[in-house]
Amino acid sequence: MRKLAFSMLLVLCLASLAAAQNVSLNAAGATFPYPIYSKWFDAYHSQHSNIQINYQSIGSGGGIRQLTAGTVDFGASDMPMNDDQIKEFQSKNGSGILHFPTVLGAVVPMYNIPKVTAELKFTQKALAGIFLGTITKWNDPEITKANPGLSLPKDDIVVVHRSDGSGTTFIWTDFLSKVSPEWKSKAGSGTSINWPVGLGGKGNEGVSGLIKQTPDSIGYVELIYALQNSIEFGDVQNANGKFLKASLGGVTAAAAGAAKSMPDDFRVSITDAAGADAYPISSFTWLLIPQQIKDPAKRDAIKGFLKWMITDGQGYNEGLAYAKLPKPVVDKELKAISKVQ
Amino acid sequence: MSTASTTFEHAAPPNAGPRAFIQRLRQGDEIAHIVTLIFAAGILLITSLLVYELWINSTLSRHQFGLNFLWTQTWDPISGDFGALPFIYGTLVTSIVSLVIAVPLGVAAAVFLAELAPRKLSDGIAFLIDLLAAVPSVIYGLLGIFIVVPLMRTTIGPVIKSVLGELPIFKGPNYGVGFLTAGIVLAIMIVPFIISVSREVLLTVPRDQREAALGLGATRWEATWKVVVPWARTGIMGSIFLALARALGETMAVTMVIGNDPKIKASLFAPGYTIAAVIANEFTEATGDLYLNSLIELGLVLFLITFILNGLARLLIVATSRGGGHP
Repeated sequence: MRKLAFSMLLVLCLASLAAAQNVSLNAAGATFPYPIYSKWFDAYHSQHSNIQINYQSIGSGGGIRQLTAGTVDFGASDMPMNDDQIKEFQSKNGSGILHFPTVLGAVVPMYNIPKVTAELKFTQKALAGIFLGTITKWNDPEITKANPGLSLPKDDIVVVHRSDGSGTTFIWTDFLSKVSPEWKSKAGSGTSINWPVGLGGKGNEGVSGLIKQTPDSIGYVELIYALQNSIEFGDVQNANGKFLKASLGGVTAAAAGAAKSMPDDFRVSITDAAGADAYPISSFTWLLIPQQIKDPAKRDAIKGFLKWMITDGQGYNEGLAYAKLPKPVVDKELKAISKVQ
Repeated sequence: MSTASTTFEHAAPPNAGPRAFIQRLRQGDEIAHIVTLIFAAGILLITSLLVYELWINSTLSRHQFGLNFLWTQTWDPISGDFGALPFIYGTLVTSIVSLVIAVPLGVAAAVFLAELAPRKLSDGIAFLIDLLAAVPSVIYGLLGIFIVVPLMRTTIGPVIKSVLGELPIFKGPNYGVGFLTAGIVLAIMIVPFIISVSREVLLTVPRDQREAALGLGATRWEATWKVVVPWARTGIMGSIFLALARALGETMAVTMVIGNDPKIKASLFAPGYTIAAVIANEFTEATGDLYLNSLIELGLVLFLITFILNGLARLLIVATSRGGGHP
């Protein structure tokens, strides 16, 4: 009898060991960080062959919906979940949700003015005015005063924006909302908004395609997209009044500038961040991790991956043109990982 | 014939017993009847499931906006204010523009291929047309964005403006993208459908019809236009409605060239938006239940539009087929 009990215990132990050995995690969400995520999941899998993470890049909104419905183990989003969404998650799953910044992204203004090849500088007021439709000509004083020596045409500006819901639009409109009260009240910020003016292009490629073909147009694309496709883009005035051309360093600087005042839940916007070198149209993208994970094997796998991602994993970033997390943010996140239970 | 026999068997008294049923099963008639019935019922089932799902999942927005959803012009995801009118307008306008271009082109090409061209040439071209019909719509979208849009901005648009610029439908700035461009790209996409189906229908017109007309002294043109085409009219109409259905539901190619701006403008040069395009654009990132429900309700509206237009199409066929030709 004792022998039988012992062997049953052994079987149970082995079974639980086997369960710990193979962990398959499902995740879904944002498309913007998909290249780096798939690189990370792949690299992590080759180091820990028992952990397999499947990621569906269905968009931030879809990721939040699937996470709330409980069909994935964790989600990913380009904009933090709002209080209502967190409440809904809590009421359905009985657990809180934690945000973990993973990489940084930035958005740049791209334009096409025939005969103007110089890099344009944009004040914050100029960008808000152009996208509100209050600045309608290229030779408007708000644009020319920042670009002395350039002769800008008196032609009408054609505004181009994203037509598909996207984190890029969220970052762009979040920036405009911060620098322009008028924008905030008339348009607001979100992944899709009611645009005051302009044409819509689908995806970064749709926007850049429209801009390239339309003289006197201006729009916005992701920094990574612009870098990978050698697209020229303009400088933007930051909170310190300095004109900056977007770069990975400038984006990390913006995150570092915001790190001091960062809330414990990491739900923070870093557009228009303080700091002389901070590029103003930057943002985190987040992994959304449930606070309580019942399956211990999954919990350990997720915690292990999170730790690896914000330390060793960051080494993959610049090869794929993503900006690294600054050290203060990494330290803060390492502490936050213990909140996952 | 087989229908008659199956109906007869159905009318057979129930006391025929299981043996008779097995007998019929063996003969195959009953099996064929059941299998085809299941498949036919499947269509009905899929359609009703579709409507049911759209109806259930749009509850929130139907309750919130009611019928106002259909004639409100705002689409503001931030404030949660949704109306379908600009999208309905865009869908109808682009489809109409595409039909205005594609129907004369398609029917004329079909008449040429079926009646006038040598058979070998006709078959060769028909093969190419079938290939065109199978090209994915994103390819047409790329064609649109890289060829039609620049052409529209630099050549077609200015020419139209210089000739007909006074008409309200051709006023306003020309960006290259807009209702007209979307209509043109759609026309390019649906012409193969019209040509392919119409040609097949024209080819099935019995030879003696043609010969009788020619024998009465009609010219070749008169025989074609007054006898053959009216005979095939129902089929040609069918091809046009098939094309219309594709134009109404087309997503990718349209969203790439229409400008995606939910406003109602009289000018065909203005940017617009269609129902299918906005669903494809915003569905993945739609956060919030009301937003998602509104997008699904748009799907329901598109279904209704298709339903109504198809109904009108049937009426049109009934009305026009009274005027002679093929009964």
